[in-house]
Amino acid sequence: MPAGLIEGIYLFSAILFIAGLKRLQSPVTARTGNQIAALGMLLAVIATLFAQKILTPVEMIGGLAVGGLIGAVMAKRVQMTAMPELVAAFNGFGGLASALVAAAEIVRVVLSREIAAEVPPSAFPYISILVGMVTFSGSLIAFLKLSGKMTGNPVEFPGRYPVLIIGTALIIASIVWIFFGGDLILCLLMLAALAFIFGILIVLPIGGADMPVIVAFLNALSGLAAAATGFVLSNSVLIISGALVGASGMMLTNTMCVAMNRKFWQIMVGGFGGDSQEEGAGKLADGRTIISTTPDDTAIMLSYARKVIIVPGYGLAVAQAQHQVRELADVLQEKGVEVKYAVHPVAGRMPGHMNVLLAEANVPYDSLFEMDEINHEFESTDVVLVIGANDVVNPAARHDRSSPIYGMPILNVDQARAVVFLKRSMRPGYSGVPNLLFFEPNTRMLFGDAKDSVSELITEVKAV
Amino acid sequence: MTPYTFFILAMFVGREVLSKVPQTLHTPLMSGSNAISGITIIGALMSAGMVGGGWAKWLGVAALIAATINVVGGFMVTGRMLEMFKKKAED
Repeated sequence: MPAGLIEGIYLFSAILFIAGLKRLQSPVTARTGNQIAALGMLLAVIATLFAQKILTPVEMIGGLAVGGLIGAVMAKRVQMTAMPELVAAFNGFGGLASALVAAAEIVRVVLSREIAAEVPPSAFPYISILVGMVTFSGSLIAFLKLSGKMTGNPVEFPGRYPVLIIGTALIIASIVWIFFGGDLILCLLMLAALAFIFGILIVLPIGGADMPVIVAFLNALSGLAAAATGFVLSNSVLIISGALVGASGMMLTNTMCVAMNRKFWQIMVGGFGGDSQEEGAGKLADGRTIISTTPDDTAIMLSYARKVIIVPGYGLAVAQAQHQVRELADVLQEKGVEVKYAVHPVAGRMPGHMNVLLAEANVPYDSLFEMDEINHEFESTDVVLVIGANDVVNPAARHDRSSPIYGMPILNVDQARAVVFLKRSMRPGYSGVPNLLFFEPNTRMLFGDAKDSVSELITEVKAV
Repeated sequence: MTPYTFFILAMFVGREVLSKVPQTLHTPLMSGSNAISGITIIGALMSAGMVGGGWAKWLGVAALIAATINVVGGFMVTGRMLEMFKKKAED
């Protein structure tokens, strides 16, 4: 295959990626968009196989078969509730692949004296290894945290900053050493190891609630790693695709930061937003107390409401109550109640988490509303059902300057006629701030596992 | 066009195209774009396809496996998610 043709196919692949991503602007066209992008990838792979004339079929086809099988099994087996950790895992593999390709290229260039003489020394292979390995180990920690194999709380330890500074110095030193003729394999291993540790140190202190930001950020890094590898190989399709993914990840990272009213660096400092275990008080200093309620009282409220808005949060994902919630909405709609969902951008552990969860339970996507679309509707809402969410509805964000969540845009559920919180206990949200909304006279607390509570609500509503 | 031009242009195109993706599709956007970042698979094929590459070749084979997991898994799981969104469109 002539080089020009291959170059042309690569460019066509890049165009298919852009066309595919564009179709993600609507749920109606998104599915074909994904297929178009996958086709682009297939074309690029086939072109590469022919360009290389399948020199070593066992290694090339074998690698494709093994990786393809593992990927397919992971994608088929995963439960929708395990989606955040799977996305993190795939991110990690992408980063690892980019780092390994760059390493292979360095080894190839240096081991062959003729090529080494032609190729000018470049920093890109090392950037690619660094970014790729940080993506890999960072995603690994994110995977462990999201899958609950490791605590979701921020893990902090003394001396993190000295360690990071010394690490940076060592990374620079090992790159410099390579250029001055140090032992290549040793330097590369050191560089990879340092980058690996770096990734771990960056993600460890990130608390569960900040996970959407870090998952989006790792997504951006995986793209940038691919782009860096593209610079190493002077391959345009790698550069274009990597830049596209980098832009996508950065845009999402930014969207998540805006939705929390926090700066990116504040999130990277970490230490914020664990899954607090402390029991909050049921009583305020001024004597106000919470009012708990029962499923049958709540069922009566819901049945006689004209309009109900459901606010899902991470607790819904933990309890895996999405199917029950959908059923409750169905039962209410049969009774003529208008039911809508209000989804905060950072609800859950990754961007769009709640939407995927509810889509799995067959909730129509046009009954899911973004914060800005629905915030003016709470005034005219009879009952808001807050399931496993807390900080995203905490009015302290609006007026309490001392609150860690001050300034965060929230869902205006306090404007509704009545609010029912489905909560496991009085544990505060990730910010650790008590939610004064709990103590309002028109707020009711329905304690218990979200799945059980909603199931009971379904039975009671049917009985009304 | 230099590689840098490609990079900057693609970042710009990405920003323009993707800022209009609704919140509902943020997860499929992440997993789908992540699958696209598996384009590194091309570099991995080149490394794995080397004849007598020794070290470099085996690094390439490892990269190929990781990249293929990323690509195949990523597109498949995105497809699965979008399938759930589609059902509702037709109901």
